[in-house]
Amino acid sequence: MEASKVIHAIYTDDDVLMAAVKKVKSAHHHIEEIYTPFPVHGLDKAMGLAPTRIAIASFMYGCVGLTVAIVMMNFIMIQDWPQNIGGKPSFSYIENMPAFVPIMFELTVFFAAHLMVITFYLRSRMWPFKKAENPDPRTTDDHFLMEIAVHDNEQELSNLLKETGAVEINLIDKAH
Amino acid sequence: MYTFSSKLKSAAIGLMIIGAIGVAYGFFTSNKTFEQVETMLANESHHGGGHGEDAGHHEAADSDAHATEGSHAVSEATEGGHAEVDEHTKHVNHVMHGMHNRPWSALYVAAFFFFMIALGVLAFYAVQYAAQAGWSPLLLRVMEGITAYMLPGALIVLLIASLSHFIGHDAIFNWMNPDMVDPDSDKFDKLVHGKKGWLNYWGFLIRGLIFVGGWYLYRHFSRKFSIAQDKADDNKNFKKTFRISAAFLVFFLYTESMMSWDWIMSVDPHWFSTLFGWYVLAGMMVCGITVIAMITIYLKSKGLLPKVNDSHIHDLAKFMFAFSIFWTYLWFSQFMLIWYSNIPEEVTYFVTRFQDYQLPFIGMVAMNFVFPLLVLMNSDYKRIPWFVIMAGIVILVGHYIDIFNMIMPATVGDQWSIGIPEISSILLFAGLFIFIVFTALTKASLEPKRNPFIKESEHFHY
Repeated sequence: MEASKVIHAIYTDDDVLMAAVKKVKSAHHHIEEIYTPFPVHGLDKAMGLAPTRIAIASFMYGCVGLTVAIVMMNFIMIQDWPQNIGGKPSFSYIENMPAFVPIMFELTVFFAAHLMVITFYLRSRMWPFKKAENPDPRTTDDHFLMEIAVHDNEQELSNLLKETGAVEINLIDKAH
Repeated sequence: MYTFSSKLKSAAIGLMIIGAIGVAYGFFTSNKTFEQVETMLANESHHGGGHGEDAGHHEAADSDAHATEGSHAVSEATEGGHAEVDEHTKHVNHVMHGMHNRPWSALYVAAFFFFMIALGVLAFYAVQYAAQAGWSPLLLRVMEGITAYMLPGALIVLLIASLSHFIGHDAIFNWMNPDMVDPDSDKFDKLVHGKKGWLNYWGFLIRGLIFVGGWYLYRHFSRKFSIAQDKADDNKNFKKTFRISAAFLVFFLYTESMMSWDWIMSVDPHWFSTLFGWYVLAGMMVCGITVIAMITIYLKSKGLLPKVNDSHIHDLAKFMFAFSIFWTYLWFSQFMLIWYSNIPEEVTYFVTRFQDYQLPFIGMVAMNFVFPLLVLMNSDYKRIPWFVIMAGIVILVGHYIDIFNMIMPATVGDQWSIGIPEISSILLFAGLFIFIVFTALTKASLEPKRNPFIKESEHFHY
């Protein structure tokens, strides 16, 4: 559920931010999003985000790559234009398999890596020419921004955030 | 301070006693005479077990002739042609030698396997210092304990090699036989003769002692400085260890490679592979890191390493995973180049292994590659101690079989088996290894207190 009013709390240090996240979470406030100039280790766990499933996707992409390599080499080197490999004209896939292992390896890595990156971009709603969602350009430099939903508890929230070391607290109305 | 629990100590001594009895039994029963082997072969050929490949000492090509011959040679020996009788005698002699060589080879494989663990740990230890690693100082004392086995283990390997020459009729290294380089002998081997400048017993022994001496010097001084650092008020000892570690790594990479030619590759004196040293190194690193993880988990389960957290275990398991892949990469590189080029003098090595050692050869690749790949891939599993131990056991067994496959085809040929001589040799050296390693662990505090990176290691968090 997206609240129409949010608070943007800005921090200047990742350690302060981490401590703040823990405090806000323990006070049972919902953190909508955090914008940081660089990846902060352990932030996802502190925010209580569900663990990433990209490893599972990557494993499956790797399996696809391996399958593509096997089928492709079988078609190219054995079926379509049978090759005499290493002076052993057996024309059997399994007997020539060692020659294809480097290709299997490379395509497994290729598929896993590229599809994983593409998946990550799509899942993060990023694509070419997309307008940045970043609420404050300073978060691409040296500031950290925490976005918290407000449900008629502005005062309480800003007090809490000030306590945690926020250097700036802004109330934003997202309705318009 | 760690005290060697009496339970573990008696287990180690028990293993050594059982192992020694089994090894002695292996030597007594291997002493078969020509007639016994002849009868055995005649019986065996009824179930069609082909004595296919020759034990590497010969260029095996006429194996089929051998196999069929075994069955009828006994009855035909009297009326058959002389040529056939000679062939038959040769074959029986050959099998007999394989059987005589088996307890020697079994002992040698197990001795080398446990020595290799200690040497791999020593190299890993030097890397920690040379890289000034911050995560590992809490594990350094465990590594120092394991490397205590390096010196006795290496001397045992050299001793077995020497005894196999002097009283075992060159049971492991056939090139040690002086007849092979004597042009007047019927055993004269031109290729071995060409290599005699390197491959001769005294050269082997002197090189071996130089390698071991160099490694031991590093182990001695790094341990000394490490203990001195505990009570120091500056980092002088650490800096000294840093310097000697870098120097040791250079020395080690050259000598480890040469050691692998001498101690392993030369059992097939006609065959050579230029990446053999790397391949052996990869196996030794996997085993070493696996044993570090196992002993760390054991000590932690006793509450002796309270500051070691699951991120340390995770990192060790990552190394187990990564070095397993690295080992596979080298194993496959060696295999594929030889398979592709198909040069007879090289490819016989793999032909022998595919024909006579199919199960251990393929099974070893599954245990050392497919198993760690699938089991240790998941990040969470690498933090579960019993999971790491189970994966470690499979990796260690797999790498024992890897060493087995390096030595046995050359010495016992198709007469291999994993029976009493092999298993007792493992038990004997496992007992000795546990005894020496855990005795060394009692000698110093398990936490290197004044190591400059100890705080970083305590807070290590992945």
